[in-house]
Amino acid sequence: MIKQHVAGTVYGVILNDSVSLQRIGSLDEAPYKGAPKAPVLYLKPANTRVACGAQVSLPAGADSVEVAATVGLVIGTAAGRLTPANALQAVAGLVLAADLSLPHASYYRPAIREKCFDGSLPISSVKPRVDLAGLTLTTEIDGQVVDSRSLSELIRSPAQLLADVSEWMTLSQGDVLLVGVRYMAPQAKAGSTVRISADGLGSLNFTIAGAQA
Amino acid sequence: MKRGRIAYNGAVHQVTEANGRVRLADGRLLAEGQFQWLPPVEVGTVFALGLNYADHARELAFKAPEVPLVFLKGPNAITGHKAQTRRPADATYMHYECELAVVIGKTGKNVTKAEAMDMVAGYTVANDYAIRDYLENYYRPNLRVKNRDACTPLGPWLVDAADVANPMALKLTTRVNGQTTQQGTTADMIFDIPTLIEYLSSFMTLNPGDVILTGTPEGLADVKPGDVIETEVEGVCCLINTIVDDATYFAN
Repeated sequence: MIKQHVAGTVYGVILNDSVSLQRIGSLDEAPYKGAPKAPVLYLKPANTRVACGAQVSLPAGADSVEVAATVGLVIGTAAGRLTPANALQAVAGLVLAADLSLPHASYYRPAIREKCFDGSLPISSVKPRVDLAGLTLTTEIDGQVVDSRSLSELIRSPAQLLADVSEWMTLSQGDVLLVGVRYMAPQAKAGSTVRISADGLGSLNFTIAGAQA
Repeated sequence: MKRGRIAYNGAVHQVTEANGRVRLADGRLLAEGQFQWLPPVEVGTVFALGLNYADHARELAFKAPEVPLVFLKGPNAITGHKAQTRRPADATYMHYECELAVVIGKTGKNVTKAEAMDMVAGYTVANDYAIRDYLENYYRPNLRVKNRDACTPLGPWLVDAADVANPMALKLTTRVNGQTTQQGTTADMIFDIPTLIEYLSSFMTLNPGDVILTGTPEGLADVKPGDVIETEVEGVCCLINTIVDDATYFAN
């Protein structure tokens, strides 16, 4: 049985929903020179993970942060070269996550300062699996609903995403694959209280403080 | 002191170097071939630098970056000395990258350049292979290029920081089947080790076991199945890796 908190490596994917693709516009010109072929991943290292109830301090100079509500697939058994048909057997559970980023409009270069500052991944405990296709994620900032997204609009389904990603990287027990974040997600200012929720997965609450000490 | 990790007799052992052999903690001495090398540290967060040598940036037709171009790797990418790395059948250009790897030994946040070297436990060597066919212009270099299973050999030794007098003046050399193909010096890094530690720790807490792969100089070349690649950093160690094809890698 896996631990009830995430202990492995957390990966995420960008441009995995139709709204984000529409928002970013044409990808034909520089710097992208074409739509992505393989899933475009990023890594949220150990220093980014914080639990529900956390107070997240922003890096020096930042006064607001993008809050991208997403769901993570928690890997229950080592998973390499999965197929869409067997991929979900590797998933032990789900987490609700808020992938925080300093606003960055360009996806050209890795966004390490923007996405990997301490506390930039509030994440829930591991929940039993529910059907993601029917899931709606709601983001509230200071009690106001600022975004609501349905995971029915994913381009690569969780099973397809796991199959494509595990073609080149083996996922280990306790690793997490976030299924996608909105391009230009809603922003929360320092001092805000944020709540992410989804039916069947509960909620995740945290606050945004000012600059990190 | 040079410290390593090996798998031997059904267990993982921390070892030290003893005149070309490895010494287990209880004094047993083993020769090459009697054990399997593991990466010298169980890695935490692995940072890698792109375009951190001006000559290499020119070689790839890029202007040198103004802030460090950092990307991250997961533990799946890391493998030990004398391992095999797969060149997929559809790859047309796969190249090595000889790099000085800095292993962090302390926890630190907002570390200044002046304090930065106190954070370093030691040094090892990395070969940060890339398969350029898979490059895409999204979070480039993307994980399909740089986070492939066993595509980042590390080791064999972790050399104590105290034993490396000046890490910013070490020769880097790559040999493919015995022929030298890449030469450079860590003196040519754009962002030196203290600058990188100051930059990363300005927004992230660094922890023991975190590793910074500091980038590679010019001299890239395509490698093919069967090639034996030696990446060496003067005064640290020489890391050996063999390229294999799909059939060999996936052979049961």
